[in-house]
Amino acid sequence: MGLLEIHLRQRREAGRALLMPYLTGAITGDWVDYLRAFVDAGADAIEIGLPFSDPTLDGATIQEASHVALSRGASVRAILAGLSGLELGVPLVASTYQNLVLHDGPEAFCGALRTAGVDGLIVADLPLEEADEVEQAAADAGVDLALLASPATPPPRLAAIARRSRGFVYAVSLMGTTGERAALSASATTLAGQLCESTDRPVLLGFGISTPDQAAQAIRTADGVVVGAAIMRRILDGASPADVGAYLAAMRQALDQEREPAS
Amino acid sequence: MSDETPEQLPDSAGHFGRFGGRFMPEALIPALDELDAEYRKIQSDQGFQDEFAKLLREYGGVPSLLYDATRLSEAVGARILLKREDLNHTGAHKVRNVLGQALLTQRMGKKRIIAETGAGQHGVASATAATLFGLECVVYMGEEDTRRQALNVARMRMLGATVVPVSTGSRTLKDAMNEALRDWVTNVATTHYMIGTAAGPHPFPAMVRDFARGIGVEARAQCLELTGRLPDAVCACVGGGSNAIGIFHAFIPDSSVRLYGFEAGGEGVSTGRHAASITGGDTGVLHGARTYILQDEDGQTIESHSISAGLDYPGVGPEHAWLHDTGRATYEPVTDAEAMDAFALLCRTEGIIPAIESAHALAGARRVARELGPDATIVVNLSGRGDKDVETAGKFFGIIEERS
Repeated sequence: MGLLEIHLRQRREAGRALLMPYLTGAITGDWVDYLRAFVDAGADAIEIGLPFSDPTLDGATIQEASHVALSRGASVRAILAGLSGLELGVPLVASTYQNLVLHDGPEAFCGALRTAGVDGLIVADLPLEEADEVEQAAADAGVDLALLASPATPPPRLAAIARRSRGFVYAVSLMGTTGERAALSASATTLAGQLCESTDRPVLLGFGISTPDQAAQAIRTADGVVVGAAIMRRILDGASPADVGAYLAAMRQALDQEREPAS
Repeated sequence: MSDETPEQLPDSAGHFGRFGGRFMPEALIPALDELDAEYRKIQSDQGFQDEFAKLLREYGGVPSLLYDATRLSEAVGARILLKREDLNHTGAHKVRNVLGQALLTQRMGKKRIIAETGAGQHGVASATAATLFGLECVVYMGEEDTRRQALNVARMRMLGATVVPVSTGSRTLKDAMNEALRDWVTNVATTHYMIGTAAGPHPFPAMVRDFARGIGVEARAQCLELTGRLPDAVCACVGGGSNAIGIFHAFIPDSSVRLYGFEAGGEGVSTGRHAASITGGDTGVLHGARTYILQDEDGQTIESHSISAGLDYPGVGPEHAWLHDTGRATYEPVTDAEAMDAFALLCRTEGIIPAIESAHALAGARRVARELGPDATIVVNLSGRGDKDVETAGKFFGIIEERS
């Protein structure tokens, strides 16, 4: 079992709901300060977006964030260099699209993740049937390749995804792209429930989770949540690391209260 | 050459050798599975094939003529036979694909189609097919392209389609395709994505090829009837590559027939301002398939450039990538200037105004004619007509005034 999964399981077993905030790498000059703020606010892992020019699974906010980062000269190499030696105390999970994984070859890519201290990988456009090569390269590098499951995924396939996923299973809460939503979709609970029944691997629910209430609702079935667009919207609007930290701290509190109701 | 026979590709997972596949979000995999199952079913479904053939014949204007272009042949120095896809309804080979996919959409019980378009030709064709089948139609088009191709926007709206200008990224075809994919992942339960070329995730490259392969089947038979033998070469332009794979496919087993695909060389491949993914790009994954793409040293897609909007795309269908790797087809760039020179030549010799896309194939055929000599017979896919390009060509030749 990889370091990412060991870490997430330990925290879950300690009764903690898992919180994985997302940051588009190199979004600002002081982007690393956001990561520190995430940790201070109680993040259990951090997802770092390696921006791609054609983010087909992302809604307007993360598209804009990717565009801003790329315009600032962001690249896989530069972002990984920025992460090297940070020692944040929580695992880092890179998320990107397959073209960037293939660019220097999956082995070199996963090796570079390892060198930069990244423990996990999410590839938005890599379904099971195409995953062999990256799966092998990630395993060889000691990086957990987390697979995504969607509300449209039929049960036998969900089981295969849960089996082959490493680190955690990323439950995509709805049919659609990333982005803030007014309410947690009904499909979120159904999917998280199905996954938790078929695997004891941590299940993180993502896409559209924007408020502490939604997060608290999500962990009634899932082991934790991923929060991306809601953070990036704030940063694009000028929020400082402290501002984003305060937002996440409120979410952390809501998660903790949900797990241990005031007695 | 590999042991695999090209005519049997792709494999069951949609691979053409190391190309193709299905690099798509998990949420779309069940829909692609459904489409793949339906696509396999119709291959042996005589009812579907008969209905498709009837539609093509009675509505699409197919089979298109194979025209012995004697005056052009004289100018070029080899016998040129033009496959007149420009005479089809909606003005290009694309009507074959949209009628096939509309029929399939109806079979799947979906009521809504979405499409991406660059110049607007596939958008117009999609809107046409949607109207004919009573389907709702939404077309995504780069904002930049809606401005440059205002007439096609009007056509789509007249046909009842909703045109959505896309203002993200480079605001052109690739971004329109990104946006269509985002719509699809959201509305996949009710919606079919009518991809306009032989690219994208499996089964699209194979399915679009099969809907377009009648071009080559007809041309092969027509050439045999007209000349008593197979042509020495077949030429087509390649953007995503649907017209090229459509005419190549029936000739792939005929090893004596050379296949040439001409990519948009823009201002010249060495300038970096081109759309020649095979000759000027390298391998990567874009819009669901592993193929040749234009990308920078960090793996970010780069904007393509071509005078022809229909070829202005930084990727290419995976079967072309495969035919290039195996050497069965030859791909070369044709610059904007060469294409426009060939455009003028066809206008003046034959009284046919070609699409600028197709003019790339004509320009390439002139090169092939020089190589093969006067006894050669060359079939050129005249994939579309030039009505849509009158403004671009008029400006290029300085015969109409620039609009502000």
